[in-house]
Amino acid sequence: MEILVRISGFASILFVALIFLFLIKEGIRLFGTVTPWAFLSGRSWYPISTPPQFGALPLIIGSLYVTLGALVIAVPLSLASAFYIAEVARGARKELLKSTIELLAAIPSVVIGFIGMTVLAPWVRQLFHLPTGLTALTGAMTLAFMAAPTIISITEDAITAVPRAYREGALALGATRWQTMYRILLPAAAPGIVAAVMLGIGRVIGETMAVMMVTGNASVIPTSLLQPVRTLTATIAAEMGETVRGSDHYYALFAIGIVLFVITFIVNWCADFFLHRERR
Amino acid sequence: MRQGLLASPQARERLAFWLLRIALAIVLFPVLFILAYMVMRGAPGLTWEFLTAVPRSGMRAGGIFPAIIGTVYLVIGMLLVALPLGVFAAIYLSEYAHPSRWTRVIRLAIVNLAGVPSVVYGLFGLGFFVMFLRLGTSIAAGALTLAIMSLPIIITATEEALRSVPASFRQVAYSLGATRWQMVRTAVLPYALPGILTGAILGVSRAAGETAPILFTVAAFYLPRLPQSIFDPAMTLPYHLYVLATQIPNVPARVTYGTALVLVGLVILLNLAAIIIRAHFRRTRQW
Repeated sequence: MEILVRISGFASILFVALIFLFLIKEGIRLFGTVTPWAFLSGRSWYPISTPPQFGALPLIIGSLYVTLGALVIAVPLSLASAFYIAEVARGARKELLKSTIELLAAIPSVVIGFIGMTVLAPWVRQLFHLPTGLTALTGAMTLAFMAAPTIISITEDAITAVPRAYREGALALGATRWQTMYRILLPAAAPGIVAAVMLGIGRVIGETMAVMMVTGNASVIPTSLLQPVRTLTATIAAEMGETVRGSDHYYALFAIGIVLFVITFIVNWCADFFLHRERR
Repeated sequence: MRQGLLASPQARERLAFWLLRIALAIVLFPVLFILAYMVMRGAPGLTWEFLTAVPRSGMRAGGIFPAIIGTVYLVIGMLLVALPLGVFAAIYLSEYAHPSRWTRVIRLAIVNLAGVPSVVYGLFGLGFFVMFLRLGTSIAAGALTLAIMSLPIIITATEEALRSVPASFRQVAYSLGATRWQMVRTAVLPYALPGILTGAILGVSRAAGETAPILFTVAAFYLPRLPQSIFDPAMTLPYHLYVLATQIPNVPARVTYGTALVLVGLVILLNLAAIIIRAHFRRTRQW
């Protein structure tokens, strides 16, 4: 038993290494035909034309657009919600709010994508008089709600972890609860809040199904939030089913996987760094 | 001098609190809306036949039984792998390892597993389980992929549960001459069980709803029979919903919404169960 416990303890490291290794093993074969620089900076992604073109820049920019859009919506709403739950709500209501946020996090992304497609997209189309409602903005709005539970719960933890004495000191000096919140608690919880936002970014960049269903999937470099875009994740999910295993297209999708893995690795590492700084 | 409504800090506080409330309402509205809308549009389609029949007429009629069974098989397979592995890993971190550089690396690995995009798990499952280990597009490949994805949830929940068991329980076990493993088995694990159960349920809920990791590892577009072995592909609820919503024209709304309602219902029930177990445990524990 003891040996099993020890092996299991180290299994997580093994899995992370395996994931990275297998992404590299398949993805690196693309770079026999396309240089890494041409892959990252190429402006056209036409994997099935002849000759095929594997420029991932439109996809990277698509992911950036949707992610930034989602953050602009999600961060203020989530911070406000977290402050309300942590500092204003009390007792049973607080528990109910926390549970509802957990439920939001639990709704499968394909369901959120489905609702985004059938309810949100027509609404966006009418509101902005667009030919299609499947745009970067629709994706950003959808993803904002998917990132919110992550940002809220980690921010709330960070606020709750601020020592009681800080609050008591501020209140004793005659500050109102609101003044205490934004003058004392906000700066004190800042590292935790940064970590929360980082993890939110990780969630948004990696989100696949919902974003594939609501962003319209056009692999062109977007010039506005009201255009269809295609993200890194959606490209893999949408195209892998149609590739020939062992073709350049197949390897190119693994190369996109490497890009995603590296981005989320950095984002999560930063988040972890900030969380630890807070604890110290 | 400030005038009017915002003259006093107290008035500004009232205004600020209302803004916070509005922000929270905007975040919570979609949950309530999605649930209400699903029930409204999906409930008419939920007949006994829908739950127990195979899809017919190009999936526009009939039921979703193979998809339900596929998801159940997948989730059971996932748990068989991830639960022992996750619980043991948590025991190692909480009861065996001393904080060191290695435990830092393990924790960083867990954080990373939790952060890897679901579609990247799909790629990994395809490259490793389907192709390299030659499991093919199968329940086995999908369950293993989902197991690795769910591992961080189970480890984190279990470790938290283990750490909430008071140190005195461990000291008593040691004082009676227990070895470390005996101590863990008799003095710690039984009291951490509700927490572990909560983690397992949340892992199941996550795995049942994920689509991207199973796209290339299990999912069958249309398979009007039940899988015969773990090396068969299978239909699953989330992928079936994706197919109905995006790949097939003119599916009646009650079929699509019915499928979505079954999936959401399953996931929400699992999460409510986890919430209730946790609340019950907090109320009744005696230390």
